[in-house]
Amino acid sequence: MEGLARLHADLKTDVTLRLAVEELHARYAHALDNDELEHWPEFFTAKGRYRITTAENEARGLPLAVLYAEGQAMLRDRVASLRHANIYEPQRYRHMLSALLIEQENAHTVRSIANFVCLRIMENGETLLFASGRYVDRITLPELRYDERVVICDSRRFDTLLAIPL
Amino acid sequence: MERSWPVEGATRVPYWVYQDEEIYREEQRRIFHGPTWNYLCLEAELAEPGSFLTTFLGDMPLVVTRDAKGALHAFENRCAHRGALICMQARGRAERFSCIYHNWTYDHAGNLTNVAFRKGIAGKGGMPADAHPESQAPKKLRVEAIHGLVFGTLSAETPPLVQYIGPEILPRMQRVMVKPLKVLGTYTQVLPNNWKLYMDNVKDTYHASLLHVFFTRFRINRLTQKGGVFVSADGGHHCTYTEMIEDRGDAYEAGGMRSAGGAHDFRLEAPELLEQVDELGDNVSIQILSLFPGFVLHQIRNSLAARQVVPKGIDRTELNWTLFGFVDDDEAMLRRRLLQANLVGPAGYISMEDGAATGFVQRGVAASPDRASVIEMGGAHIGSGDSRVTETAVRGLWKAWRGYMQI
Repeated sequence: MEGLARLHADLKTDVTLRLAVEELHARYAHALDNDELEHWPEFFTAKGRYRITTAENEARGLPLAVLYAEGQAMLRDRVASLRHANIYEPQRYRHMLSALLIEQENAHTVRSIANFVCLRIMENGETLLFASGRYVDRITLPELRYDERVVICDSRRFDTLLAIPL
Repeated sequence: MERSWPVEGATRVPYWVYQDEEIYREEQRRIFHGPTWNYLCLEAELAEPGSFLTTFLGDMPLVVTRDAKGALHAFENRCAHRGALICMQARGRAERFSCIYHNWTYDHAGNLTNVAFRKGIAGKGGMPADAHPESQAPKKLRVEAIHGLVFGTLSAETPPLVQYIGPEILPRMQRVMVKPLKVLGTYTQVLPNNWKLYMDNVKDTYHASLLHVFFTRFRINRLTQKGGVFVSADGGHHCTYTEMIEDRGDAYEAGGMRSAGGAHDFRLEAPELLEQVDELGDNVSIQILSLFPGFVLHQIRNSLAARQVVPKGIDRTELNWTLFGFVDDDEAMLRRRLLQANLVGPAGYISMEDGAATGFVQRGVAASPDRASVIEMGGAHIGSGDSRVTETAVRGLWKAWRGYMQI
């Protein structure tokens, strides 16, 4: 028991760290899927970057993002705009996460890659496989916030619009 | 079903134009494969000799190439033999193009250069000496590039590109395309509507500040700001612009319009997203330019892009966005362009709503092919002017469309 307690106390321990990153990703996904957009910026560090791009742009070394924010203020602007400015049909997402890989870079940073599938559910029930891809993250320790979250979508196509972040 | 145009003429567009399969097929023949110039790609995407990419001319799959000597070509992506795609990749470089099915080979101009085992083996098999498979060769396009933009046409009757664009619109294109381009990235927005609904949205100067709260609330583009619209002689092409001078009026607030923001005091915490450098030196904050049938060039602050509109059936359109900067952009300009890319595309603060609005029309008119939209802002006038409280450019689109379609 003493050993287990130490394991939990020390985020450098692989298993504990892995569980912690898994839970971070899960809480992030639930926040988006539960329409708790106001909490979304809090998953990032103050200067945390968020970028949605495509596998094609990544492969070609092209910097363009579908959505790009530098820091929490820009993320909050995105939420405010979705809540108070932009017009889009009511819709929900359901994220599925899998195949998590982590690599601890140093005492303050862990890198993570995870697969995702995101379904989009319209108000009339129409359900679409909206996006699939990878989250490529740099996460700060011990805060467990995204210092960088790059969402690399497998497809270059986006149906109608991408309002809610992935 | 009634197929005649409403008696009001230019101020009405009947909804069957967005719904009819036969109209769609006729558009392919008369417009996309007819005497029009269609945007294919940026020259910067085919920078290297031997490079190619695949795209579409209406429904027709195309290969666009730059040959070893640097000349641009475009040809149908269809093998002369059995009609299979010749080129499967989205882009790349190649010595030649070989159909995977039976290894028939083509050069960068789309000429059939080799038929596998044409003379048979050891005197047996092969094609007769008088066989002429070239008679079914892929169709070739005429290709012209202007200011880094590559266009193609299937018709011998299409006037030269400069003449096609015309003197009203050409200077507005030159205004943006001032330097060698650098591609920043691409993506495709799939729109749940007829291609013409997207084009008349682009040409609709009246909607922008009413639909897009972002424009209005932050005074990026208001109809009360100085601006104007240019329409080509045939009506098919347009360009609208807004000057950077800040609007301090309250026409939207006094009118109680949704886009003014209402009671909610909507401000950006990070307004640097919108900070524009007047790189073209003429104080224009937004310019949207379109060429018939399916090309859009935009400058929204420092965001620059080419949009290719590809019809995919009566109620589906693919919008291929290619965002670019200039080769000599410094880091600050690159960052500015990447940040301002948030305004456009499927997640664009502005552009996401165009996808929604045009889809709403497609669904809204589903049961009313016998009804028509009312396009009467600015009367029945079709032409340039200094007011954007008008639907002149939308009427221009339909004038051109009816000309090509003979409707």
